[in-house]
Amino acid sequence: MVLSTFKLSTFYPIYKQMKYICLGYIDEKAWGKMSRDGQNTFVDECFAYDEELRKNGHFIGGEGLQESGNATTLRWRGDKVTVTDGPFAETKEQLGGIMILEATDLNHAIRLMSNHPSLRLGGGSWEIRPAADMSAILEESEQRRSPRKETS
Amino acid sequence: MASDDHIRQHVDKIYREESRRVLATLIRLLGDFDLAEDALHDAFKAALEQWKENGVPSNPRAWLISTGRFKMIDRMRRQSKFGPMQAKHTERLTSDAADSPENIDPGIGDDRLRLIFTCCHPALSQEARPALTLREVCGLTTEEIARAFLVTPSTLAQRIVRAKSKIREARIPYLVPPPEELPGRLDAVLQVVYLVFNEGYYASSGNSLTRVDLSAEAIRLGHLLAELLPDPEVDGILSLMLLNESRRAARTTPTGDIILLEDQDRSLWDRALISEGLILLKRALASNRFGPYTLQAAIAAAHAEAPAADQTDWTQIAGLYSLLMRVNPSPVVELNLAVAIAMRDGPLAGLTLIDRILDRGDLSAYHLAHSARAELCFRLGRTEEARAGWERALSLAQQKPERRFLERRLAQLKTDEKKIPVDVEFVRRQTTKG
Repeated sequence: MVLSTFKLSTFYPIYKQMKYICLGYIDEKAWGKMSRDGQNTFVDECFAYDEELRKNGHFIGGEGLQESGNATTLRWRGDKVTVTDGPFAETKEQLGGIMILEATDLNHAIRLMSNHPSLRLGGGSWEIRPAADMSAILEESEQRRSPRKETS
Repeated sequence: MASDDHIRQHVDKIYREESRRVLATLIRLLGDFDLAEDALHDAFKAALEQWKENGVPSNPRAWLISTGRFKMIDRMRRQSKFGPMQAKHTERLTSDAADSPENIDPGIGDDRLRLIFTCCHPALSQEARPALTLREVCGLTTEEIARAFLVTPSTLAQRIVRAKSKIREARIPYLVPPPEELPGRLDAVLQVVYLVFNEGYYASSGNSLTRVDLSAEAIRLGHLLAELLPDPEVDGILSLMLLNESRRAARTTPTGDIILLEDQDRSLWDRALISEGLILLKRALASNRFGPYTLQAAIAAAHAEAPAADQTDWTQIAGLYSLLMRVNPSPVVELNLAVAIAMRDGPLAGLTLIDRILDRGDLSAYHLAHSARAELCFRLGRTEEARAGWERALSLAQQKPERRFLERRLAQLKTDEKKIPVDVEFVRRQTTKG
């Protein structure tokens, strides 16, 4: 039967992991008020957990960020770029770090990040954003940009 | 032709009984809600045509699943020439995994439970979860759900589209959560069930006090959960819904006005629903692992078991509310506790507690807090305070029967009727966690 020649996937095919960009937000003021010991515990536990994620192949990149006061924002204004001091938006919680996480699905990503000590110790939050799969768009874009080989 | 009619009726019957299970499995096999819905539609269309010729297959559900899946792959293959995006999807659909009989029917109910947990996933918006559940699990149409939630069909359709897109793009898996995550995730499911029930039972605004369809759908969901996932809180919520539902015929007049619990004709209470609710409650309590829904069911049971309003066991009810405050504290539970204490120890004791809640500002915009306070003041002969409370409640109440009820109270105050009993059910509208 024709039917049996098709192999079907279960809900999501497992041949590819998903990339999730995790944006870690912290309240910088609260961090500044934390005791030295508290800060040390936070840093130690976070690094230890990141190490564990790296060993298991989930942590594929990430950086801690300097304080938001050191941020610079560029915008297009009229006909030129303006440069201003500070982050994109002044909010209570500021972006404090980013991590590129590889996981099988959103539940897996939630599970991995729920155990991140920064939530328990830092009172911050993690925003989990799936990375967009740009491969098809890229392919189409390349086709548009490539010079025509044939002339009619 | 008689045989055509016969087949059509048979297919209709199978649609009613099996379409949700077929859909749940197709979602798993095709990996996409929209594809699965199209596949379901195609499968039933094919059934109408082919069963006429070849007769009804011995396992209609398995036939519908494999037909729907095959038709969809066919369609995908034809579309795949249109662009690399579609080609990628088809490749995804036709790659790996097995095409085995277990894949089509992996044991009773599995896929429906997957569907419930996916539709109630906490990563979906609060508004989308009940809408998606009613659409996919219960099979209601977008228009029906929109009418029930008093939003336009296009608003509701948009919520559902956005939720489905997030499931697909963020890759929310089609899985029943593992045991260690089950309690939290089950909570999210029960919240949806209870919200749907309450939307039907205490419509939050609009003309009619009850909207039968949503409560019935919630109870159906509760039965399905109880069948698929035995758990004390599932028993608890189902018991709670049944015990509340048992009073439906008694809680409004034919013109839709509220009848207080105390004034209800208890012979109108549905004894069959009550006894089913009590059996479930007993089972939940015996487990010793029950939670807030079971406690609320126990409170509803205390009312159900009282032969008359003045024989209500307020000591037990106050005790249950105190317990509920410990398990699941909220200002609304505290308000209910205050009313139960008023009934047990007298209005003054209750009033002190209600004032404490209102002074904190927690429920200052909650009409039932003001009307409960007014009732107690009235009983204490403090008619001016009672009037102010009812007026405040009236300025906050949205729903027409409730507004008429408060207007009646204010009118009765003028005619200086004797004691008006405090209504407990009236303030027992629960807000569950969050």
